[in-house]
Amino acid sequence: MLRLSFKEVSRFFPPVRGRTGSEGVLAVEGVSIDIEDGEVVALIGPSGCGKSTLLNLASGLDRPSKGEIFVDGEPVSGPNEHVAFMLQKDLLLPWRTIRRNVEFGQEIRRMDAAQREERAQKFLHRYHLDGFANHYPHELSGGMRQRAALARTMMMDPDVLLLDEPFSALDAQTKMVLQQDLAQTVAEEGKTAFLITHDLVEALALSDRVLVMSRRPGRIIEEIPVDIPGRAEPMKRRQHEKIGPMTARLMSLLDIGKVEQTV
Amino acid sequence: MADGAPLAVTPDRAQPDSARQSLAAAVQRREVWLSALALLAFLVGWEWGPPLLGIAPYNIPRLSAVFEEGIHMWVNGDLLRHTLITCFEVIVGFGLGCLMGAVMGYVLGMSRLMEVVASPYILALQIAPKVAFAPLFVMWFGYNITPRILTAILIVFFPVLINVLTSVRSVDPSMIDLARLFKATRAQIFWKIEFPWSLPALFSGLRIGATLAVIGVTVAELVGGNVGLGAELARAEGGANTAAVFVTIILLTVIGILAYVLVILAEKVVLRYAPQRSAGRPAGEIAG
Repeated sequence: MLRLSFKEVSRFFPPVRGRTGSEGVLAVEGVSIDIEDGEVVALIGPSGCGKSTLLNLASGLDRPSKGEIFVDGEPVSGPNEHVAFMLQKDLLLPWRTIRRNVEFGQEIRRMDAAQREERAQKFLHRYHLDGFANHYPHELSGGMRQRAALARTMMMDPDVLLLDEPFSALDAQTKMVLQQDLAQTVAEEGKTAFLITHDLVEALALSDRVLVMSRRPGRIIEEIPVDIPGRAEPMKRRQHEKIGPMTARLMSLLDIGKVEQTV
Repeated sequence: MADGAPLAVTPDRAQPDSARQSLAAAVQRREVWLSALALLAFLVGWEWGPPLLGIAPYNIPRLSAVFEEGIHMWVNGDLLRHTLITCFEVIVGFGLGCLMGAVMGYVLGMSRLMEVVASPYILALQIAPKVAFAPLFVMWFGYNITPRILTAILIVFFPVLINVLTSVRSVDPSMIDLARLFKATRAQIFWKIEFPWSLPALFSGLRIGATLAVIGVTVAELVGGNVGLGAELARAEGGANTAAVFVTIILLTVIGILAYVLVILAEKVVLRYAPQRSAGRPAGEIAG
């Protein structure tokens, strides 16, 4: 069963009125992606190639100029319950405690307070935040804050997780721990995930398939299946002997190392 | 051993925490002592300075003369009543001005169209010296407390409005997107994101407003009327009673300080989530 599917999707940002020299931007062009139930697909590409645009389209925050996007077979016409979004910024609300931040989405959806609190407790426990329920975000480290953001996302019980460079602001070790947490949850609950990253090893360690995007206008130029066992154990997986050669292949696809670099 | 003092402040890594704490306490004690000393010097200077420098009492009366005049006004005049009336005007003017400024700030902050239409008038009124309206209000409403309250409202309104408007405009758009992803309604976005986001800026506006309210009330009282500290001030000036002028200035200052401190206390309670800011944050970040 297809969980998330892009059908010939293009997104053109029209020129800004009143600004001379602004011609508009074709961010992505003719992108088709199909993601099966329980699959984790990573998307890599040069900066500014329209990766985040694709996620915004999938989340329903933005609409495509051409083509259509389906989640669970339904066309996406706006934000919906099937998907949840997690960004590089943790976006914790500074005036709410960690527990109330984790509850935020369900509070918006008007879930009953007692039920909400019980559920939040469960997720705080799962992401090792038990002692911090009543702390404010500024009292936590970056890794813990991102874990709270992960708890808030999972609290929504989405079918599809959209992850936009969720760990790129963290230090290398914290990142690996959080990747492990995420991979285990995704595997245990059979979640479908679409992950954008610029960390090539992260893409390989976490996903079943890696899609490579071209420079703007972004198109999918390559699809690489990751045939390495242990997707639920990225810590082990990243040490696998195939990771090195595959990373090298991704680098050459992205022209990393070539001098010209017109980013 | 003048250069010995700063050395003593340098924290020594080898020292245990308790030693460092007692050092910090000692530094703090010294600060308190120096402040007390400065205050004493000021009071002594006021008491004995003017006669020493040959300044006439009708220019700067001695501290004790001001004190005596205060007691005299309290006992024989209606100083308490005048003070309470001024307080009342400040509270009502400040409260209404803040309320109106905040509501207007949120409305304009959320509607681009309203802001475009209203902004030239806001700009003009912001530049206009608000206290200049006091005589007009007296002409309209007569010698009562209404012109004072109106002047306070007018002067408090703008810094609150501008602070709220600017902060509503500066909400992190990804926070709004976050709420939209959960399908938040417009009202939910306002109450759960925009309003709490704007509270620190609102309080900056209130801090400025607290001191401005006293100015507005004082000017309107000076223009006309028989009650209130400003009226007392005008009366004292008419009678060339310099000591009484000082008494009213001191009381007006005390009212201003109290209003400011109350706003800070409220801010501490409401914004308790925020990392502790340094106490001496300047009040006039976006002065109206």
